[in-house]
Amino acid sequence: MIVGAIAFYLFAGMIIASAVMVIAARNPVHSVLFLILSFFNASGLFVLLGAEFLAMILVIVYVGAVAVLFLFVVMMLNINFVELRQGFLQYLPIGGLVGLILLIELFFVIAAGITDPEVVALASAPIPPLSDLTNTEALGQLIYTRYVYLFQTAGMVLLVAMVGAIVLTLRQREGVRKQSIARQVARTREESIEIKTVTPGSGI
Amino acid sequence: MEDLLREYLPILIFIGLTLGFAILFIAGSYFSAEQRPDTEKLSTYECGFAPFEDSRSQFDVRFYLVAILFIIFDLEVAFLFPWAIALRDIGLFGFWSMIIFLAILTIGFAYEWKKGALEWE
Repeated sequence: MIVGAIAFYLFAGMIIASAVMVIAARNPVHSVLFLILSFFNASGLFVLLGAEFLAMILVIVYVGAVAVLFLFVVMMLNINFVELRQGFLQYLPIGGLVGLILLIELFFVIAAGITDPEVVALASAPIPPLSDLTNTEALGQLIYTRYVYLFQTAGMVLLVAMVGAIVLTLRQREGVRKQSIARQVARTREESIEIKTVTPGSGI
Repeated sequence: MEDLLREYLPILIFIGLTLGFAILFIAGSYFSAEQRPDTEKLSTYECGFAPFEDSRSQFDVRFYLVAILFIIFDLEVAFLFPWAIALRDIGLFGFWSMIIFLAILTIGFAYEWKKGALEWE
């Protein structure tokens, strides 16, 4: 299937090119836009693998939400980005070291996956043919029963993220006039209006 | 697999069309227009004087909080889709595992409601 091969090389090449542009672009907003482009291409690769659900989630969650968050962060930070770039060569060795460690870990994972049949059996569930089940349905049959602990852990992680975001960024402002609907409704005529009889010429 | 990818062929054609048109427009204007580059043409024009600050303005951090809370519930809903499709096959266990997941997130929801993170001002 020649079209699939062309699409694969198009998506993969675009991912690498836009990932390079993420760190090479001068303007940080352009960096984020290139990141979005690489997310889109990654979802194209997922479609080519047959992982439709993952591809759509990548577009919805990463492009729709995470990238917007990155844009917020870029907009919020008031940093001179030209100044930030000065230390690029200085941090290159430590960044390269982290990248190298990640590469070695990836290598070990892949090596273990290829050589050890137990790991393969543990990590992968047999994928049913697409004529029987759609991709989303096959995922749904596994996540909530076979991988229930990981699923609940995901819930805990989301809870921690929620609490953490509130603790870090929520500040109560002083002197803000808020509408208190309960107090508004609970007001009675007696406590808000007072009728006084005024005799002419004497004042209150 | 082949059938699945065949369903996505129209999208691929659309991607190709948009790429082609984008290249066509940029290359067309690049080659047909007269190019006379000048640094003054690129400099900022703002009623005749140089701008005082960057055009990037800072946001309030509260926008960020709203966005991050949105992402969390976005993910929660993303987990609901496969569950709803496969509910017939995964039985009571799968049903209750999702209910526990939702309960955990509801604790977080109650927390943020009580803290007033959902109120704007």
